Order: sequence, then C-alpha cells, then structure tokens
Amino acid sequence: MDLIGTDLTEKSLKLHLEGLPGVDAVGLEQRAASLGTRSIKTTSKAWALDTIIRLIDLTTLEGADTPGKVRSLVAKAITPDPLDPSTPRVAAVCVYGDMVPAAVDALGDSWSNGKDDGINIAAVATAFPSGRASLRVKLADTADAVTNGADEIDMVIDRGAFLAGHYGLVFDQIVAVKDACRRADGTYAHLKVILETGELNTYDNVRKASWLAILAGGDFIKTSTGKVAPAATLPVTLLMLEVVRDWYRLTGGASGGQRIGVKPAGGIRSSKDAIKYLVTVAETVGEEWLTPHLFRFGASSLLNDVLLQRQKLSTGRYSGPDYVTMD
Amino acid sequence: MTRLAVPKTYKLYIGGKFPRSESGRTYEVLSKKGAFLANAALASRKDARDAVVAARSALGGWSGATGYNRGQVLYRIAELLEGRRDQFVDELMSSEGLSKAAATKQVDTSIDAWVWYAGWADKYVQVAGNGNAVSGPYFNLSTPEPTGVVAAIAPQEGNSLLGLVAVVAPAVLTGNTVVVVASEAAPLAAISLSEVLATSDVPGGVINILTGSPQEIAPWLAGHADVNALDLAGAEAIDWVDLQVMAADTLKRVLPPVTGAPAPSLERIVALTETKTVWHTKSLI
Repeated sequence: MDLIGTDLTEKSLKLHLEGLPGVDAVGLEQRAASLGTRSIKTTSKAWALDTIIRLIDLTTLEGADTPGKVRSLVAKAITPDPLDPSTPRVAAVCVYGDMVPAAVDALGDSWSNGKDDGINIAAVATAFPSGRASLRVKLADTADAVTNGADEIDMVIDRGAFLAGHYGLVFDQIVAVKDACRRADGTYAHLKVILETGELNTYDNVRKASWLAILAGGDFIKTSTGKVAPAATLPVTLLMLEVVRDWYRLTGGASGGQRIGVKPAGGIRSSKDAIKYLVTVAETVGEEWLTPHLFRFGASSLLNDVLLQRQKLSTGRYSGPDYVTMD
Repeated sequence: MTRLAVPKTYKLYIGGKFPRSESGRTYEVLSKKGAFLANAALASRKDARDAVVAARSALGGWSGATGYNRGQVLYRIAELLEGRRDQFVDELMSSEGLSKAAATKQVDTSIDAWVWYAGWADKYVQVAGNGNAVSGPYFNLSTPEPTGVVAAIAPQEGNSLLGLVAVVAPAVLTGNTVVVVASEAAPLAAISLSEVLATSDVPGGVINILTGSPQEIAPWLAGHADVNALDLAGAEAIDWVDLQVMAADTLKRVLPPVTGAPAPSLERIVALTETKTVWHTKSLI
C-alpha cells in the first residue's frame, strides 16, 4: 500500500498514524447525537428490527460459561422467537475458544462452516479480554479456536503497547494473529480486531488504532470487549465507520474498494439504541454495509428487547419478559 | 405593583420522577362549575409503557422488603399526608366542588384508610395464610405472595383522593407495584399525592401515577403482557368487558369495577396476591 510505502517499519507507521488529522470531538458527538434523533416507525421499524437480529453476534463471555449454557445460547440463535417462526436467525454466536466444540455440536446443520448461509461461530482469542499474554500464547489460543471450527476470531490488541506508542509491535501482533487464522485448507477465519476504545482515552487514539488494525489486515474492527466501561458508544462507532469509509475510498471506492466491517459491542441493550447504530451506518458508509459481512452487534440482552418490540409490532400489544427466554 | 400568580405545572409520576407526557399533550382541568383550574399532562400509551417498565424494575426490591418495613414506609406516607391536609382540602373543594366539611372528611378518611392498610403489611400473611392439614408427616403451609405489577383505574366519579388511596394502598402493601390512572376530571389530588410519595421513603417505581383518559390508556394496560393484574375499580364508564377479555389473553388477575370508592377491606388486599403452598417434612424424632 503506497499510503505508508512498502517499508512497514515502526517509523513509517508512526509517521502515518501521527499524521492523521485530529478528531473534532464536539463535532463528532453532535453528529452522532443528531443521527440518533431519527424517528423510525411502523414498516421501517419492522425492517430495522429484523435487520438488527440478522446482524447480532449472540454472545456469552462469562467465566461461568458451560457447554450447557452454550447449547441454550445456540438454541436461541437458531430460533430467537419460538412464538414466531418468521423471526430471522442471528449472524453468529460468540463464545470463548474452549466452547467452540460445544457450539459446533449444538449448531449441527445450522452451522455455516464456510457456507454463506447458516450461523457462524465467533471465538474470542489472544488472552481475551486483557490481551496480557505472550505472543506465542496468543497465537496458540487463536490457532486452537480455528482448528476447533471457529469461523471468526475476535482478537484484542495490546492496549498497553499501543498507548506507549509501540505501533509496530501492535501491528506485527495483528499480522501474526491473522496468519494464525489460516485453516489447513488455506482459507482464513475472519479476523475481528477489538480496539477496546474504553481504554484508549481519546478519539484520536481510536482513529489511530482503527487505521492500525485495518493496515495490519483486520477484516473487522470492533469497539470493545464488553468487559470495560464505557463499551460501545455511538460517537466512537461513528468515528470507526468514518475510518472504514476513508479506507474504502482510498482503496478504489466503488471500483473495487476494500470493505472493512465494524462491530460495536457491549452496552447496546435496547432496540432504540440499535436503530441509532443502523442509521449511523447507513448515513456514514452506506446501506450496503448493513449485512452480516460488514456490520455486527456484539450483544446478548439486545436480542430480547428486539424480540419484545417485534412482538409488539405483530400483535399490537406490549409484550413482556415472560415471553422471551431468560439468559 | 400587583403580584403575578405562579401557576403550578402538573406532570406525571413515573419511576420516582415527574416527566411530562412523552406525547407532549396536556388537557384542561376544570372546576365543578367549569372554571379553569390547571393544565394536566395527558398521558399516552407510551407513558403507560414506561410506567410499567418502572413498576417492573421496582418490583424485586419492594416485594423483597419485609412486611414490617413496607408497613413503616406506608405509615410514613400517612404522616406526610397529614402535614399537607390543607392543600388536599383546597384541591378537593375546587376540583370536586365539595364543601369544606365534606372535603375535610374525605381527606381524613383517606389518611385513616392509608394508616389502616399500612398496619396490615406485616399481618395479612398470618390472617390470609394457612397451615393445611394433610395426611402425611408434613407441614403444609399456604402463604399469600404479591401478584406483581398491578395496573389500576382509580374511581372516576368523585372521591378523587379517597378512591385513589383505596385502590393503591391495598395493592402496594403486599409488595405489588402499581401503575394507576387517576381521576380524569379531578386529577389535582392525585398529583399532590405523587409529590407526597416522591418525598416519602417509597422507592421510585413502586407507585406510578398517570393523569389522562382511562378510555385511551386502559386498553394498553389491559393488553400489556408485563402487567400481572388489572384493577378496574374506576372503569365503570368505559367498556370494561372488552378490557377483561384482553386481560384474559395474558392471564391477568382482574378486579371488577366498583361504585364509589372501594371500602377498606382484607378482601381487597388478598385479591391481589397469589397463594404459594410449601411442603416440609416433619421430623419424626
């Protein structure tokens, strides 16, 4: 990429990343707030709710996870609302690496396993959520999940190194993890790079980290692990979408530009919030990004709220938590 | 210079806060003789929905508190009502057109009813519960438990304070949380009661008071799947049979309309509870 030359050194990365324009924080927050004021009703809302479900990475990332819990998560991913078979399926289930075999078993025929239809399995790797392990451990963690059948790998960047300015180290680690995503048949598991924006402190850092992750070959950039507050916010997601848009234009735009995905995760609990994200995506990078290949919500309780809203639209009455599964 | 009066803005009471109606609507509250009294918020279905969410989130803490604690909290409301009696008397005189004596009587009766119900909070279980004789070496105990979120239509004809108290107090003392639609024509006493509640020890969301049209809001509450019981005390004038049918869809407990304010009774308390029966072995030693 002639953007930073062929010489991918710490120095050239630093020159590029620190040469990025600063983020207008006030403007960014106002833009995000104004995108959040759209009123989406009736048929548009019905479309939005179904789209949200299709974009969800249904997630369980607890220390107390068991194969049984993963099975019930998968059952919900396949049939989100047993009262309404027309409910679409979610995009993927997101679990810890050691739960991937349980997810494979539970999904059965519904597992995408490389096909375009079906539910993907995303596994968090590289010493999620802190990322504090040696590179060897991170790579083994990643390769193990891929071997077990993970279609997507959610890796965390080394925020300590990033904040200390060791961009080259972070870059090399992402490249190495991407390499570890290679399957035996030569294909690659999708790599989502978690920036953990809650720990990056400034919008400028979020912009730099997004560029870094994209340059290093990430297929998706993801806001957060969900373990740090604040998790996903609308301004941060908007900023990351702007980087994705700039990258798309820079690599050729409509004539073969490279489309990078974005995944806000953590803290999106209501349909209302999720719809704001849909509007932001459509207004920033365009509606073609509203597919599971390019946009995901990392969420667990969001699905229940969307189902309640969906039931309200189809029955005309307010529904309640008794009519969705407990998580 | 003449002093300008400072009119009060009347708002809803949802989740311990005083929001305006989501719809932005208000309606004019008139005195019995037709003179303008105030603008009150005209609650919409979304306000009702928000109130149910608030009531649901308050349910765990309130129903989990001890009966003794709930009794203390409710008694404290009676104390605060007592301190504001003049305001309530004035409001009842202007909005219901009562004489001072009649208004005072209604306020007194309301406070007394509140105290009476507060006293039941740690006693109704003993009276309504039961030890059942069973043919085996078991203790078999039935105890009443709160039903959950109760939606109520307060009496609409007169008794704008007493009716509200007589609907709300028996529901909350057992640990239920309430969304109540106040008297549409005379909501002032209800709004003042909400100010009393906000400064009392009742957790936000336990009692939510909406002002507006029962005709408009009641169907949304009756059909709401997250409401466990429907008290139609003041629904005489609207099509309450339809409401009962809607409520049946989601297996709600329904109390029928009453004429006037419901008299304080243990039956009203027990009507909004569910019986739980537990078995426990008797030691044979």
